[in-house]
Amino acid sequence: MKSVLGPAAVLAVLLLAWEVLHLAVANTGLPSPLATLMQLVVLLGEAEFWAHASQTAQAFAAAVVLSTVGGIALGILLGMNRTAGTVSEPILVNLYSLPKVTLYPVVLLIFGLGISARIAFGIMHGMIPLTLFTMNAILQMKPVYRRSAAVMGLTPWQTSVSVVLPAILPEVITGARLGVSLCLLGVLIGEMFASRNGLGYMVMHAMERGDMPTVLAVALLLAIVALLVNAALLALDRAWRH
Amino acid sequence: MTVAALAEVADVSAVEDRHVRLAGVTRVFGRPGTPKSVHALGPIDLDLRRGEFFSVVGPSGCGKSTLLDVLAGLSKPTEGTAEFEGRPIDGVPAGVGVVFQEDASFPWLTVADNVAFGLRRAGVDAAEIARRVDYAVGFMGLKAFAGAYPAQLSGGMRQRVCIARTLVMQPRLILLDEPFGALDQQTRLLMGDELLRLWRETSATVLLITHALDEAAMLSDRVGVMSARPGVFIDVVETGWEVERDSRIVSHHRFGDITGRLWEKLRTESLKHLRDG
Ligand SMILES: Nc1ncnc2c1ncn2[C@@H]1O[C@H](COP(=O)(O)OP(=O)(O)OP(=O)(O)O)[C@@H](O)[C@H]1O
Ligand SMILES: [Mg+2]
Repeated sequence: MKSVLGPAAVLAVLLLAWEVLHLAVANTGLPSPLATLMQLVVLLGEAEFWAHASQTAQAFAAAVVLSTVGGIALGILLGMNRTAGTVSEPILVNLYSLPKVTLYPVVLLIFGLGISARIAFGIMHGMIPLTLFTMNAILQMKPVYRRSAAVMGLTPWQTSVSVVLPAILPEVITGARLGVSLCLLGVLIGEMFASRNGLGYMVMHAMERGDMPTVLAVALLLAIVALLVNAALLALDRAWRH
Repeated sequence: MTVAALAEVADVSAVEDRHVRLAGVTRVFGRPGTPKSVHALGPIDLDLRRGEFFSVVGPSGCGKSTLLDVLAGLSKPTEGTAEFEGRPIDGVPAGVGVVFQEDASFPWLTVADNVAFGLRRAGVDAAEIARRVDYAVGFMGLKAFAGAYPAQLSGGMRQRVCIARTLVMQPRLILLDEPFGALDQQTRLLMGDELLRLWRETSATVLLITHALDEAAMLSDRVGVMSARPGVFIDVVETGWEVERDSRIVSHHRFGDITGRLWEKLRTESLKHLRDG
């Protein structure tokens, strides 16, 4: 219940602030929440909107799956080997703090203009934080867990799957929650810059036309989706902690 | 049979009887000779007889856990050789079980699943696992908590879970590192009784590390007293207890003598530790 209440409260506060801002600015530059909502309803009835939405959904889903699996696997690999972990942590942190937009031309050169470039961009945003979360969780795990696994004769693979992963699962879920939001961000940015479809493109295109209700309607929809995904993962997180 | 052949038989049986052998074992952390290196242990010479109950006492930081790591195959001696059942210890040997100093129960598994953990990974069949887990859980007095998670148990019970988890693997050598360190005195004495029961039942060789002299004196066939770091054995005391014994021997007149002798040896070493900080 709480996991629904939290996002709902955030949404209510946002809406209120929005309405106040709209009244304060008092021009068409910022449509009111009601006007936005009505535009959203209109959009939801258009086939073109759904084509864009499905592009984004596909890229987002692929980015989430790949960056989650990749981030956890890489995090375990680096975390299990202390030297690899200490060497790669600053590299990852620095890599992540680069403004990733500057790397986008490189991504486009490698992947072309198709959906794979946007997936790659989503992964670039989402995977590194999850890798760092996973790696640090392993470095902070009680050493006696791995020693126990060793004396019970577990192989490194068995140790990873049946000791390390369950031991760090709460941290991994937190990292995945962060990673999922960042994947969505990455995919949308990718769509905004070099793409002819997807919700990110739709927002950019509407902006060029000065169609503010559409810009805000899509933004609202994305905010709702992001909050719902977060709430679902938060519920999962709580369920795992008993 | 010739005399020479007889001598050979006697020799073989002596070797068979020797379960663990440490010869000149030293452990230095960091590169030996460099200023930051720590000479933690040794040289240690120690033979454990098959089926004996051997305790190690020594001042804090003298290298007891390091010794256990060498025997468990978790740490390689810097010098010297360590053998278990006649073979050099290289990696974790099959047949060795360890109960660590810290609580090692897995919080994400129930008591029963914790105890079954090693057997499942070893691919033992389900019926056999159920049988052994049932027995070990009952033996350790955890029957009523089989479905509980470690977070719901007291520290003593969690340590019992770890003992049961080691027990089900049917080790021939059991290493215990201050397993009752965090428990109160009464519980410790009772856990000692359970340990003796376990030792008789399994006829395993037991090496117990403890900082409690009375525990060592009451439980062991022999007690090794270690010096301050780098730990070496400065005395090995034979207690001469019968196999059938329990915590009530604390009222035996010899119990006081043994504890006294242990303390006499250890006092000087502990003082050194205090001074060096
Ligand atoms: N990985 C390591 N690197 C460097 N020094 C270490 C390492 N492990 C242990 N030591 C040092 O070796 C010495 C022996 O440690 P050990 O843990 O074996 O002592 P102990 O007798 O078990 O102590 P306690 O009674 O506190 O459990 C200590 O001085 C410790 O600081
Ligand atoms: Mg220790």
